[in-house]
Amino acid sequence: MKQKIEKIKSTAVPLPIENIDTDQIIPARFLKSTTKDGMGKNLFCDWRYDVSGNAKNDFVLNNSEYDGKILVAGKNFGCGSSREHAAWALSDYGFKIIVSSFFADIFINNAYNNGMLPIQVSDDFLSLLFSHLIENSKQEVEIDLPTQTIAICGTMLKEKFEINPYRKQCLLNGLDNVDYLTSIKSEIEKFETKNETYYVNEEDWLIAG
Amino acid sequence: MGKTLFEKIWDKHVVRYIENETAVLYIDRHYIHEVTSPQAFNAIEKNGLKIFRPEKTTATADHNVPTVNQHLPISEKLSRIQVEQLEINCKKHNIQLFNLQNEHQGIVHVIGPELGLTLPGSTIVCGDSHTSTHGALGAIAFGIGTSEIEQVFASQCIIQNKPKTLKINVTGKLQKGVTAKDVILYIISKISTSGATGYFIEYCGETISNFSMEERMTICNMSIEMGARGGLISPDSKTIEYLKNKKFAPTGYDFELAKENWSNLFSDADAKFDRELFFSASEISPMVSYGTNPGMAISVSENIPLSNSLSGSEKISFANSLNYMNFYEGEKLVGKKIDYVFIGSCTNSRIEDLRSAAEIIKGKAKSANVIAWVVPGSKKVEQQAIAEGIDKIFTAAGFEFRQPGCSACLGMNEDKIPEGKYCVSTSNRNFEGRQGKGARTILASPIMAAIAAIKGEITDVRNYLN
Ligand code: SF4
Repeated sequence: MKQKIEKIKSTAVPLPIENIDTDQIIPARFLKSTTKDGMGKNLFCDWRYDVSGNAKNDFVLNNSEYDGKILVAGKNFGCGSSREHAAWALSDYGFKIIVSSFFADIFINNAYNNGMLPIQVSDDFLSLLFSHLIENSKQEVEIDLPTQTIAICGTMLKEKFEINPYRKQCLLNGLDNVDYLTSIKSEIEKFETKNETYYVNEEDWLIAG
Repeated sequence: MGKTLFEKIWDKHVVRYIENETAVLYIDRHYIHEVTSPQAFNAIEKNGLKIFRPEKTTATADHNVPTVNQHLPISEKLSRIQVEQLEINCKKHNIQLFNLQNEHQGIVHVIGPELGLTLPGSTIVCGDSHTSTHGALGAIAFGIGTSEIEQVFASQCIIQNKPKTLKINVTGKLQKGVTAKDVILYIISKISTSGATGYFIEYCGETISNFSMEERMTICNMSIEMGARGGLISPDSKTIEYLKNKKFAPTGYDFELAKENWSNLFSDADAKFDRELFFSASEISPMVSYGTNPGMAISVSENIPLSNSLSGSEKISFANSLNYMNFYEGEKLVGKKIDYVFIGSCTNSRIEDLRSAAEIIKGKAKSANVIAWVVPGSKKVEQQAIAEGIDKIFTAAGFEFRQPGCSACLGMNEDKIPEGKYCVSTSNRNFEGRQGKGARTILASPIMAAIAAIKGEITDVRNYLN
């Protein structure tokens, strides 16, 4: 079982930069760990800290005015490497929802697989979100997963978002993909016998190395 | 209606559909490496599960390994732990591992094809976005996250949405000095780093079929840099020739059977793609990147674009990018001093890449101001280069000829580019800090990198070809 998401109302952190790649979300030098723990402290590390490790004042995560469970980022968020460490870092830091007008493919899967909800909004709605958040750091945003809507609280501004029905069920019910796959194991075995392949000669295989 | 190559392979591997486009997809070959797998092993053990088909997973140590003195224990502690953890996990779960001492070790996307583990018509995944490389042999190959590695461990399947299909046609003859790397950088520069997001690409056209298998790998490798899940190329006689006598490829009667199957791997004439793009090879020049994503690349003879054509939010990213690189809009790149040259990575570290770079530098010496590294993609490539005397050409020119690994492509090991320094690199990503904190990457082909090392500045290789 994973944590469920249904409705979330929270303040949000604006990051109006486009093409934020996973090397920025978490640089490769933090990928040496063999566990998922503690990634949050290195989230956006090179934007957050200077060479001597001091917090850079101009970066939004160091601005005490801003916090919340929602990250609002520029177009094409999460491009580049497939590293799930990016999703772990965002989730460990405390984000549950990532909003952007466009996401990279692998990042979307990684976000869902860690119980986060990536929400794709229109370019216009994204600009509205940015301007409200920049004007008022206490601006709340409300996400309603059952009705698939995102709203800027205290305004009439609201948008519907798309979500794959299977992903939606997983988030609403805290379902896990691995549980699902292991539950259909006999069907997978049947598939294997039916689709016997001519591929790699695996009998030689284990002796080969 | 006919089917695309992608659909033919995809349909054959769907165990069932959960919802409309969400499938349980069976995986034929799973590659793992030390960086993205440990947490998946942890999860499997924590949940008391067994690895369902250990013989379908192959492991190698590549991302985090040193590229000198590989016979010694790894001195950097965290890297050593990660590599040792991979050894422990593979042993425990009965997974074939090519570790540093093994003759087959190398960058995962170099060794897969080289060993005949990557085969046409198969589905291939790896916790690494450049898994798209394997598409060059006519496979559906794409990168996955660690949770998905866990799915493959537990069931040999993953839950995936079916991507849309994109056909990229490249026709015509390439000019002298223009390589597969330039072709793919050119395409990305035209459609941007998100231009193919949501799609799986099939590369077609005579330019593509004229490419060697290794050149095709360079093309497919960078599919992910335009956001695509992956890219593939229909197998032909070159593919079959390439697979003959490869270590783990089928042999004898099995090979004949396989060949027959592979001959059906093409998109039907009446197959419909969701999108189609056309490029003309003759318009492509040697390319260099000037910014901080692979879409920000231009012909070496062009100037950096001006920002006035961009929209408001794009302007900010563009300015940040140039600021990071310490370049100016409208500026010329030729003649810019550089500090490092890196020839390596899963994009350009195969024997043909090393041969072409060696050809350029033969009998010349690198500029005194440049540090130049050549990192072969695998032990096999390394051995081949030594056998051909290519290593000597590099060392005589003042290059360091190192041992296989990802190296300065992502700077996880000691091979980092120092802050503020410029590196002409044959790798695939010029993101901020990719090659080390503050490092400034200029992506280019192996021959462009070689000539830059000799001249000490960005140079148009076309002026130095015989
Ligand atoms: S060489 Fe670079 S891009 Fe290729 S697998 Fe290694 S780190 Fe990734």
